[in-house]
Amino acid sequence: MSTQIEHPATPSPTVGIEGSAVRRGDRVFQGLSRTAGIFILVTMAAIAAFLIWKAIPSLQANTANFFTTSEWFPDQKPSVFGIAALTFGTLMTALIAMILAVPVGIGIALFIAHYAPPRLASVLGFVTDLLAAVPSIIFGMWGLQFLTPQMEGLGKWLNDYLGFIPLFRNDSGQYSKSILIASVVLAIMVLPTVSAISREVFVQVPRAHIEAALALGATRWEMVRLSVFPFARPGMISASMLGLGRALGETIAVALILSASYTINWQISEPGGNTFAANIALRWNEAGDVGLSALVASGLVLFVITLVVNMAARLIIARRSEFSGAN
Amino acid sequence: MAKRIDATDVDIYYGAFKAVEGVSFAVEPRSVTAFIGPSGCGKSTVLRALNRMHEVIPGAYVEGKITLDGEDIYGSTIDPVNVRRTIGMVFQRPNPFPTMSIYDNVVAGLRLEGKKRSKSDLDAVVEGSLRGANLWDEVKDRLARPGSGLSGGQQQRLCIARAIAIEPQVLLMDEPCSALDPISTLAIEDLIDQLKERFTIVIVTHNMQQAARVSETTAFFNLAGVGKPGKLVEIAPTDVIFSTPTQQATEDYISGRFG
Repeated sequence: MSTQIEHPATPSPTVGIEGSAVRRGDRVFQGLSRTAGIFILVTMAAIAAFLIWKAIPSLQANTANFFTTSEWFPDQKPSVFGIAALTFGTLMTALIAMILAVPVGIGIALFIAHYAPPRLASVLGFVTDLLAAVPSIIFGMWGLQFLTPQMEGLGKWLNDYLGFIPLFRNDSGQYSKSILIASVVLAIMVLPTVSAISREVFVQVPRAHIEAALALGATRWEMVRLSVFPFARPGMISASMLGLGRALGETIAVALILSASYTINWQISEPGGNTFAANIALRWNEAGDVGLSALVASGLVLFVITLVVNMAARLIIARRSEFSGAN
Repeated sequence: MAKRIDATDVDIYYGAFKAVEGVSFAVEPRSVTAFIGPSGCGKSTVLRALNRMHEVIPGAYVEGKITLDGEDIYGSTIDPVNVRRTIGMVFQRPNPFPTMSIYDNVVAGLRLEGKKRSKSDLDAVVEGSLRGANLWDEVKDRLARPGSGLSGGQQQRLCIARAIAIEPQVLLMDEPCSALDPISTLAIEDLIDQLKERFTIVIVTHNMQQAARVSETTAFFNLAGVGKPGKLVEIAPTDVIFSTPTQQATEDYISGRFG
């Protein structure tokens, strides 16, 4: 049996180099990804537009200064409400939560990525990820039922020994339902976010950078300072900002813990305080027309605060991009 | 400011895997010793064992004895951090600290020592080290710029400046030119020639011409087969290795029959 292999006498005309510069697959994919990109912009714009549109009626009805008033009586005649106490409570709880969570979260990430033996590291990594998956209502109940009695001792200690600092003084003798407790719960909720993202960047530090430091005679900690932190800095900032976003927007855990009061109280271990998100959740059902609109207006402010926080983070990351580790 | 290294019957393991077996050699002070051999023969592993850099890899350990002027660098009272301060290293890929300026890169090792140094002291070290690495004239006007903005060859010379700034006794170079173009390679080779006046140098290279150009002594490593440990086949003055090697494997390798 003989097989004849046919050689075409002339090359087929399709092997030429002419043709469309854009393939259909490229075009379809470009279209899809562009649509997705536009979609996110449209969504953002739609949310902003909705918030502004719904907020206007209450802002017109308000007889007090929206930014400096602490009271919240939007459905009264005349309507009186403002976001001063909400802004204070939101920023204060988020700030304290970040002060507590960021160093601990980065410490956990550092331990997992560069200190712990591999087996312990994987277990710890798993547990921190698990912590991130716990629903916030669980944290709220835990904070209310378990943490509140435990925190009384800390509150008293702060009052007794650090009471000369107004922040830690407690004149009420009561230590429950305080901004401090809410902050601690927020810190624990934010911890896995900060830690998981920091760990991701810590393990990505190129071996070449690590060896550069060690070969100069750096100890482990010096290596972390020379090679790991500079490379991971943008990632650590992103991790903190994502955590801050969660702390600013957390609703149900804070709503459970705080006793909603519209006061600006710098003595953080005393009962009281309120946040944007908790206030919206607590007031929504009982609110009238103006009340709903007022809550939307406060939501708009929270929206703007988170946008500003994120843009500030971008600026910090971009400021020294020339010196960044990405080369 | 240059010391000798003696290795006696060194075995190197990665966990249960024996990567290098029975290596003994001596490196004279103020000389250049080249390690050549095919990929995977353990020459880089041996180099890294000389300043305990292999310990970065979990499970890696050394048996046998490596001494620096008679002092066992694996002794129980020896701090590996101090070993690496005494025996510096330059890597295959230039690895300046990307977030640091050229100036800060050079003094990074000095700042680790924790001693307070005046600005003028640091300035002098920076100029001296960069001159020592033949880089000063190219970067003296942009010391505050990031080190990662330099060309590959300049980055590698910056890494050499960083390594010599802490005045090590020995400088280990792990294929320092393999990521560089011929001109930059030439610049580094000239530099090695100058550095051997002050330092003991051990260089791993894939380039046999380079070994012939820069070294006084050449060590040829080989491995018997895949999965078998690498061995030192022979070590001799470079001109002997490249003209009349005693081992058939060396002759086959340098004449390009394998590797």
